Amino acid sequence: MSLSMEGIRPHYPDYSNAPMQRHFSPYADNGGSVVAIAGDDFVVIGADTRLSAGFSIYTRDQNKLFPLSKTTVLGCAGCWCDTLTLTRILTSRMQMYQQEHNKTMSTVACAQMLSTMLYYKRFFPYYISNVLVGLDNEGKGCVYSYDPIGHCEKATYKAGGSAGALLQPLLDNQIGLKNMEIIGDSKLTIEKATNIIKDVFISAAERDIYTGDSVIINIITKEGIKDDKFELRKD
Amino acid sequence: MFDPTSNPPPFWQNGPAPGAFYNFPNTKSGPSDEFQHSQAPITTATSIVAIKYATGVIIAGDLLGSYGSLARYRNCPRVLQVNENIILGAGGDYGDFQYIKNFIEQKIVQEECLDDGFKLKPKSLYCWLTRVMYSCRSKFDPLWNNLVIGGIQDGEPFLGTVDKLGTAFTDKIICTGYGAHIAVPLLREAMEKNPNMSKDEAKALVEKSMEVLFYRDARSFPKYQVAIIDQNEGSVIEGPLVVKQNWSLAHMISGYN
Amino acid sequence: MTSILCPEIPKPGFSFDNCQRNATLESKGFAVPKATKTGTTIVGIIYKDGVILGADTRATEDTTVADKNCEKIHFLAPNMYCCGAGTAADTEMTTQMISSKLELHRLFTNRVVRVCTANQMLKQYLFGYQGYIGAALILGGVDSTGPHLYSIYPHGSTDKLPYTTMGSGSLAAMAIFESRWKPDLTEEEGIQLIRDAIAAGIFNDLGSGSNVDVCVIRKGSVDYKRTYDEANKKGVRQASYRYPRGTTKVLDTKVFTVEETVHQLETESMDTA
Repeated sequence: MSLSMEGIRPHYPDYSNAPMQRHFSPYADNGGSVVAIAGDDFVVIGADTRLSAGFSIYTRDQNKLFPLSKTTVLGCAGCWCDTLTLTRILTSRMQMYQQEHNKTMSTVACAQMLSTMLYYKRFFPYYISNVLVGLDNEGKGCVYSYDPIGHCEKATYKAGGSAGALLQPLLDNQIGLKNMEIIGDSKLTIEKATNIIKDVFISAAERDIYTGDSVIINIITKEGIKDDKFELRKD
Repeated sequence: MFDPTSNPPPFWQNGPAPGAFYNFPNTKSGPSDEFQHSQAPITTATSIVAIKYATGVIIAGDLLGSYGSLARYRNCPRVLQVNENIILGAGGDYGDFQYIKNFIEQKIVQEECLDDGFKLKPKSLYCWLTRVMYSCRSKFDPLWNNLVIGGIQDGEPFLGTVDKLGTAFTDKIICTGYGAHIAVPLLREAMEKNPNMSKDEAKALVEKSMEVLFYRDARSFPKYQVAIIDQNEGSVIEGPLVVKQNWSLAHMISGYN
Repeated sequence: MTSILCPEIPKPGFSFDNCQRNATLESKGFAVPKATKTGTTIVGIIYKDGVILGADTRATEDTTVADKNCEKIHFLAPNMYCCGAGTAADTEMTTQMISSKLELHRLFTNRVVRVCTANQMLKQYLFGYQGYIGAALILGGVDSTGPHLYSIYPHGSTDKLPYTTMGSGSLAAMAIFESRWKPDLTEEEGIQLIRDAIAAGIFNDLGSGSNVDVCVIRKGSVDYKRTYDEANKKGVRQASYRYPRGTTKVLDTKVFTVEETVHQLETESMDTA
């Protein structure tokens, strides 16, 4: 079948140094927030389900969490068309790895691959804030966060997306236990992490116009990925 | 003999100057190589209104092709039946729509030629159009359209949309253009009150939305078409239908003071 | 000759000197400070016995919510109220200033001020500033000639309509009006219509949110329903976030002894002779 677009409109973008004038913007900010918290043997990630542009809501029910394997989940916020493309390429890379090596890619390898894939588009980036979570080779929960062009940072908790700047200090205090003298029972359980994720999303929905409608939470343990959903304000 | 006073021979005969890029053959560089991609739509169509009801999908769009603010072409159909289980509506640049329509039709013919008894499914078309739109936007040469894809797949109604960037999502209610601002609030309110709408209720709702859009969208037109696809009744394109208008309140407005 | 008693009459017409100065300042990197814009839904209708105004209560600063329950229906006169959209400070100050001018006008004429007077004052004021005062208003009131509803744009143009909407949620709210408004609505129907129009803005426009305020103006009476409907309930927290005493580290302690001296003063009765 030959329905290639190239035949109709020739493009040699790499080999032409002709100047081009451009007004069209290939990016859109579709909002959304992602929050992830890792524990000793689990990791929890949540993302709101509002997909928006400008002042309007495209849909109130858009899942922004993408399970890549039984122990790895990626959360994306930002330009939705880039998210669709990146996650589609990621899933096929996961499948190729599975078929070439006859084993599933580990979370750590996946984190490295994502960084490489993002930097590959250094001068036409995917405008996404990615948060990748999973269990590492020892079964410990881990969180990797990225900037749009592939800088990767390993953490134990991270807030990203439109309410990222609003929520990160809250997590620093509640999970990082920063700036506190008395620290009570500091053992992080799945319940505690899930509750904090729900509560920070309630706060984000109060103050960030791009966060709302509901939150989808994935809880990853060695038993697999469990789903949870939580309603937020709809205004 | 070597003469130290004369200029040295060229450093690299016929090759690229040191530090410069090599110009591949058949790619001209210079003023003639400049080209302008479509940066703005020319002949445009306005909103598409689409909803998913209990057993099917409705897509409506009016028949006007606007040339800037000029109501230029008054018979531009832009809802179509792709095959037995897919319907499609498009807003935005009408030329780009005709181009897309053309290659969708080619694809359907090619599928038909395989004669394997399989038909293109709505989710496949939706996914494929997302890739087409994204690849065009990545070349800075977007197809300036909002596409709305409806259909029946595995006995379930499907409704999805793709825009010029390749932003795609599915929902029970999808409106593009001014419809996103004017029709969506009406449809969401009605859908909340009556989540399992019948075909007739859905049709009445679309009719009402087209009326309100005609009142407030300056690029709209009172003649429109509706594509309906239903689990039990198959697909049909109705129209041209005419917006029911009511201007009885006009006499109440006089002056601005 | 100019003096304090006889000041020089200023040149007629607009002065745009400051525009040039502002442009120069901006080009040198001194950007104009950002004002709180209330991406808003405000609406008004005429019903059987008067006017009903409605507003949401969200004020935004770019993409963050600046105020979750602000008041957008402003008092103008006992028979007139005004909804404001646009730059928060401009809508507030404009309505306050016109309100005081209307009161002076009432005292001067000894009559209930007519709504068209307020409309004229507002449009002349806004036109004078050529749109630099970013106030988009919906003015509603009842006077001796009946109920009146105006929408006033930042550049000074006005519209006299039986139903109107403004702000970023105006399209959502107008969709509700266009499908459901009819002449001679009852008060109950009118309030329900206003609520639904504001709710359409609150839920479908990201610049609008929180609660619904309603103001009913009839001949001789006003019913201002602040928080008529709480369209959104805040989520219920799962855990408590109270800090126990001593959570904050004490870095340094200094104790000052304050010497207190008390002087008793005899109260002296006022001289009323």
